[in-house]
Amino acid sequence: MIESFNLLGRNMYDLDDYTAEELNAILDATVVMKEINQRDYKKLPTLKGKTVCTLFIENSTRTKISFELAASRLSADLISFQASTSSLQKGESLQDTVETLNAMGVDLYIIRHSSPGSPHLVHKYSNKPVVNGGDGRHAHPTQALLDMYSIKEKLGTLNGLKVVIVGDITNSRVVRSNLIGMKKLGAEVTICGPRTLVPGYMDEIYGCKVEYDLKTALKDADVVMGLRMQLERQTEGLFPSLEEYSKHYNICRETMKWAKKDALVMHPGPMNRGIEILPEIAESPQSVIIEQVANGVAVRMALLFLILGGKM
Amino acid sequence: MKILIKNGMIYHNKSFIKKDILIDNEKISEIKDNIIENDVYPDKIIDAQDKHIFPGFVDLHCHLREPGQTHKEDIYTGTRAAAKGGFTTICAMPNTYPVIDNIASVEFVQRKAKDIGLCKVKVIGASSKKIEGKEISEIATMKEGGIIAVSDDGACVQNAKLQQNIMKYARNFDLPVIIHAEDYNLAGKGQVHGGKIATRLGLSGIPGVAEELIIARDLMLAELTKCQIHIAHLSTAKSVQLVREAKANGIQVTSEVTPHHLIFNEDCLVTFDTNYKCKPPIRSEKDRQALLDGLIDGTIDLIATDHAPHSDYEKEKEFDFAPFGINGFETAFASLYTELVLNGSLSLEMLIEKMAVAPSQWLRLKSGIVDIDKPADLVIVDLNADINFTYDNMLSKSKNTPYLNKSLKAKVSTTICDGKITFEL
Repeated sequence: MIESFNLLGRNMYDLDDYTAEELNAILDATVVMKEINQRDYKKLPTLKGKTVCTLFIENSTRTKISFELAASRLSADLISFQASTSSLQKGESLQDTVETLNAMGVDLYIIRHSSPGSPHLVHKYSNKPVVNGGDGRHAHPTQALLDMYSIKEKLGTLNGLKVVIVGDITNSRVVRSNLIGMKKLGAEVTICGPRTLVPGYMDEIYGCKVEYDLKTALKDADVVMGLRMQLERQTEGLFPSLEEYSKHYNICRETMKWAKKDALVMHPGPMNRGIEILPEIAESPQSVIIEQVANGVAVRMALLFLILGGKM
Repeated sequence: MKILIKNGMIYHNKSFIKKDILIDNEKISEIKDNIIENDVYPDKIIDAQDKHIFPGFVDLHCHLREPGQTHKEDIYTGTRAAAKGGFTTICAMPNTYPVIDNIASVEFVQRKAKDIGLCKVKVIGASSKKIEGKEISEIATMKEGGIIAVSDDGACVQNAKLQQNIMKYARNFDLPVIIHAEDYNLAGKGQVHGGKIATRLGLSGIPGVAEELIIARDLMLAELTKCQIHIAHLSTAKSVQLVREAKANGIQVTSEVTPHHLIFNEDCLVTFDTNYKCKPPIRSEKDRQALLDGLIDGTIDLIATDHAPHSDYEKEKEFDFAPFGINGFETAFASLYTELVLNGSLSLEMLIEKMAVAPSQWLRLKSGIVDIDKPADLVIVDLNADINFTYDNMLSKSKNTPYLNKSLKAKVSTTICDGKITFEL
């Protein structure tokens, strides 16, 4: 099954380059990886001799740890590179950094960067497969994959489901990749937030529904995902206060009543408890937030395995 | 020096006639069906069989980067590239380092260009000191030095009161004000058109209204002050409409559009190629169509390149960090001919009007027309010949063009400026 889809040497900038079959192949491989992660001895020799570089030019904790753990569990050698955008601007350019690392024999890059399109550049400079670990507001394909996996694991399929994503849509790369991936697997996605936080053309580009009222958006939802609300947006004049935002758009026990009974609650993290999501719901049995994190490692193992051509 | 050009198709009175041209020193001395070599003893004969002869192109908007940014371009490489592109007169914007906001800088650029002698260079002086938008620059003194207009291009005067005073003052010395329209708050940290492409790529957008708001403001100020204004690089449908209405209302306004805004739409950015990153940004297909319509109906008076060279190591960066600007001299005519004339969007005659005739008239030049006693500013083009652009064959010091390693139709074979050959294949 897995072998019939050749992802060998592919880049993953975003999910739009992948067919539904390929996405399902990755999710199928994730099942195997997850099983390995639940073993006492969590290790495969499959990428022994391969070198993976996490090139993180923007702060991240969970994504970086998740990728690095995934690479380690597959026995790849790891170069962990962390820099700030400003240091890279002042000092060595991205081109020089990548060419330097490449000279040391990296087989695959995982990049996180504040500027959209940076993964394309890393591939251009290295001619090695590149996995996007989040580029600005553009894309975060592995987050979308783990979200899709988490839904599929709980509800069996994405086909025909109504997924509602609530919050700062404008600044979210997670939304963009999820919209592409979930649509390919047959889900219907609705995005919701105040007009200052929802960019134009979303319906036209992604074929999603756009709602500005939470109650309308949540009607018949099978899955509800909250997004991190960043305080900086307040000083940018996009909303007046976290309190007011929370009053109208938070996900809590009350608002979840508007969705289907037992609808899944998700969040890509890190959460602002009490702002976009209340602990009462984040920690409820409906929530898969913690499992999302576990699934993230498995999904990334599957992806690295498939791209680098590991043998089971 | 006498140059005899035989058998070319000459652009004359908005159509083409096959005649010979004799150039005697700086001027065209004869245009006839057949000029016999032994009657005129030319120093040089050019056979223009199967070629077209147009008035030399005139560019109202370019960046020569000297002084201060000569790693991108200098007056020698810039004018050499311009001559290769068929230009005989170009106008340099003042956003150099230091800014051309004083007579000494004006004279420096003019003298250097004259010494090089590859293209006539007119200078546009800064309208505010250091293009900071705080105080009026010494416009009258720069006029004595020879500037043909003032502009803060690259920057935009945000303070409406100052802009009003600039217009009043420029009018006082009979100089037009060229407007780079960009509201800084609305443009923000925008990198691309604030439309579909910005949403899809997650890049910050520069919305059309950032341009339109300033155009609307400056049209009102021009009406009040009776100053002649020229709107640089129109990019949106609404901007075209604002200028169209202003012209109908008798406001003294002219406008320009760049080749890249006429040719491309926002979809060109999907691969994050920084060679398409420019200001104003390349906008939607609807905007592009409106610009073409505006050019044809006369709302947009002329085409200007906004030649904005940047070195490869500056452009070879993350999209957010690369500078704005597209290299334009060498590709301008060939790109417009290939992408718009060949598919019937624009007539060849209209293209010549917009690249040579109209800008010459705007600058009140004697050239811009192929006729007896006029300055011999001519470009000879082989419309059927392929021209390709490579790192090695481009004459501009920078290579930041979407056409790098691509091929177009219409190759300039000779450029003649004031009777002197400034480019020859």
